[in-house]
Amino acid sequence: MLRKIRIAAATICFALITLLFLDVTGTLHLWFGWLAKIQFLPAILALNVGIVAFLVILTLLFGRIYCSVICPLGVFQDIVSWLASKRKRNRFRYSAALSWLRYGMLVVFVALLLAGLASWAALIEPYSAYGRIASNLFAPVYRWGNNLFAAIAEHVDSYAFYSAEIWLKSLPTLLIAIATLVIIVVLAWRNGRTYCNTICPVGTVLGLLSRFSLFRPVIDTDKCNGCQSCARNCKASCIDAKNHTIDYSRCVTCMDCIGKCTQHAIHYVPRTRAVHKPNQSLTEAKKEGTTGSRRTFLSLTGLLATTAILHAQEKKVDGGLAVIEDKKIPKRATPITPPGSLSASHFAQHCTACQLCIANCPNQVLRPSGNLMTFMQPEMSYERGYCRPECAKCAEVCPTDAIHLTSLAEKSSIQIGHAVWVKANCVPLTDGVECGNCARHCPTGAIQMVASDADNPSSPKIPAINIERCIGCGACENLCPARPFSAIYVEGHKKHRII
Amino acid sequence: MENKHKKNIDRRDFLKVLGGTAVASATILPGCKERKDSAYTATTEIPTDQMTYRTNPGNNDRVSLLGYGMMRLPLIPSPDGTHDTIDQEAVNELVDYAIAHGVNYFDTSPVYVQGGSEKSTAIALKRYPRDKYFIATKLSNFSNFTRENSIAMYRQSFVDLQVDYIDYYLLHSIGNGGIETFRARYIDNGIIDFLLEERKAGRIRNLGFSFHGTQDVFDEVLAMHETVHWDFVQIQLNYVDWRHASGRNVNAEYLYAELEKRHIPAIIMEPLLGGRLSNVHDHIAAKLKQRKPESSVASWAFRFAGSFPGVLTVLSGMTYMEHLQDNLRTYSPLDPLTPDDREFLEETAQLMMRYPTIPCNDCKYCMPCPYGLDIPGILLHFNKCINEGNMPASSQDENYRKARRAFLIGYDRSVPKLRQANHCIGCGQCNPHCPQSIDIPKEMQRIDKFVEDLKQEKEF
Repeated sequence: MLRKIRIAAATICFALITLLFLDVTGTLHLWFGWLAKIQFLPAILALNVGIVAFLVILTLLFGRIYCSVICPLGVFQDIVSWLASKRKRNRFRYSAALSWLRYGMLVVFVALLLAGLASWAALIEPYSAYGRIASNLFAPVYRWGNNLFAAIAEHVDSYAFYSAEIWLKSLPTLLIAIATLVIIVVLAWRNGRTYCNTICPVGTVLGLLSRFSLFRPVIDTDKCNGCQSCARNCKASCIDAKNHTIDYSRCVTCMDCIGKCTQHAIHYVPRTRAVHKPNQSLTEAKKEGTTGSRRTFLSLTGLLATTAILHAQEKKVDGGLAVIEDKKIPKRATPITPPGSLSASHFAQHCTACQLCIANCPNQVLRPSGNLMTFMQPEMSYERGYCRPECAKCAEVCPTDAIHLTSLAEKSSIQIGHAVWVKANCVPLTDGVECGNCARHCPTGAIQMVASDADNPSSPKIPAINIERCIGCGACENLCPARPFSAIYVEGHKKHRII
Repeated sequence: MENKHKKNIDRRDFLKVLGGTAVASATILPGCKERKDSAYTATTEIPTDQMTYRTNPGNNDRVSLLGYGMMRLPLIPSPDGTHDTIDQEAVNELVDYAIAHGVNYFDTSPVYVQGGSEKSTAIALKRYPRDKYFIATKLSNFSNFTRENSIAMYRQSFVDLQVDYIDYYLLHSIGNGGIETFRARYIDNGIIDFLLEERKAGRIRNLGFSFHGTQDVFDEVLAMHETVHWDFVQIQLNYVDWRHASGRNVNAEYLYAELEKRHIPAIIMEPLLGGRLSNVHDHIAAKLKQRKPESSVASWAFRFAGSFPGVLTVLSGMTYMEHLQDNLRTYSPLDPLTPDDREFLEETAQLMMRYPTIPCNDCKYCMPCPYGLDIPGILLHFNKCINEGNMPASSQDENYRKARRAFLIGYDRSVPKLRQANHCIGCGQCNPHCPQSIDIPKEMQRIDKFVEDLKQEKEF
């Protein structure tokens, strides 16, 4: 029964968290966004005392239920492990804890966090690792499915579905997601919860608490007939059946052993007396680093389209569409971080690079950074869209509060960067046509069109940017007709300001 | 065992019943057919010998009332996938069907369908004897007015059309750019004299002009009839433009009356306003269908244009076989409008004026936009939303949510994001090309603002 409840709860949590990364409508997080916010590391980074306290008490009372139910990576491993058990039954055996490895990992993890390299620490952090897998590998599949429905809906003139854009946001992040997935699947397929008990810093921290949990599974030595069925079905390899002891620091309270015991010798009961000290013996266990391949950053600007230059021709024919060259990303001296992230350094320290905001950005602005200091954390670029005034999706979904906004009005008054004009690309000067598309779309009215020649009011008009009013939303950059490089682009600010 | 046996019997019984039913229905169904043949289909065969013809008073050309406009030819993606090209197989099929049902007038231009229309028309018509059809083409010297370029364009039409004479030759789109442009294109460079010589030599059988523009230009060009002798004039005529011409265009009532006065045959373009008189607001569609439930909405527009005796032919750019069939049905033969019908259409036109659609006929003269916009695509989507009632007048409207969703999702479907109105920089290079004198950048910015209001859910 306990096992069934655990499985049901885990399935629901896992499905909903996964959907947070897949959703194209942007409505799901309104209802289930809290599932990302109760994740352990995000709660700590968000300094969410209530949730951290809740998780600590939960673990002290019931053991590492968190790892079996709330953590999506944990449940994902259980699914893989369950599939593996279909092929080979009773495949686990007891092994002693690799304490030096797990505590070593924890120390490294904390050191990285303190050094402000949250995104590197996040490589081994379970929630964001799962986020990267879901957003990089599952989301495209889900979106293709969605687009298929959208195509069908279009045929029958229905507006029930609309298509979503699918594009490769960052190759290194994709490769890391693939590497993480492969390592996790291999570990889970062979040894169940190896990752959770040797690498995962959250598992290690919770393990420190779950040693002393009130409720825990206990083997009734009177009833036990020594069949070892429990140990052979323990994916955490923490039941020493010979000695009738369980290593509670590694037990994820999955209740599998309780269900497996034919003698009903294992009970999930409150502690009545001191726990037996588990025997320490050195057993060989697999250890794997999650250091995926880190390739040099490849900027992905899409396919190069040939430019159609309209020469004065003998006859102007009707119809046809001009070829549109893809925009390229300008070289920004300072990367742009989302409004609500306060500053580059604050953001680097608080973001777990879980990709939830990137997966949910409806304007294709956010993508994982390729910079080593902010690796895989979101940064902004405007060649596909711009940060629209009616949207604060990234702040709404952010579980760590690394991006925090209270209202749209607040967002529209945060200066995340400022626009810079590039004379060489500006079409009134290059093509001799009237333009002003940047000024027309500036939400704060920071751009005015002025005559390029102060003495000649009828000379071509060029944008004059009042950087005091500019918020760096990128409307001007995105809608600038100059291609592949815009004649106006946004430089980020290291520290955001309120205007 | 007992059970199993029983089951088998059951199945056999079932099959027996099924077989019996099949036999019974096989005998009943043909019986039905004999009794009520007409109930099986609403579409009747289109007669091949009932086309209405009009006679050109000048040379007794017998011209079919339905003329084929070769401006909206069917397209398919090019083999390399970069652009669309003419689907010649489909063109041949359409032309074959049209000729088989009596159509004999084909209207093209060197600039139509990205410059491919004349060649495609030639390929389709080459398979018929030259005296079985009339070809109309135009001097479309819009961007380069020089005498050399204009004559080169004229001669190139003979090459592309693979003909040694042209039945109907038009000065293309007079009125665009005003009288100065007309003079520059045809008078000052001596082209009009050149064309008169060509007519004398028999290479042009009929010389005329097509007109979009203001009354003064029309009057001045028509006054040249004394010296030039226009064999025909092509005008925009339909039940909306009859008395409610949009922009700077002249009411068709005036244009037609002026031609009648001089006994000049009229050739009608835009009888359907590029589909705007077929794809109408739901209220209007219901009204038209109610009056004649078995006729299409488009047939009203064709009957209107065809009912004027001075009309030689009514051009329609038929992209699809169904359009061609519908129009053939309307004119085989023509059922002229009654005075009552005409009054009804005038009321309909007045009703139509209440829906603020943009008068774009999807002629694509404005294209390609150098900044990549799909101008007709944007305008057509806007009109579609008006016609389908998905145009919230205010954010307080009852159907605001539904209309907003339909507008925004439909917008992304009809027009790729990079070709939408927010990319219009207002360079205005499109405006001189628009025969309906739409201020395109202004409309683009208006639509863009509307889209922004919807996206930001601003109150309006």
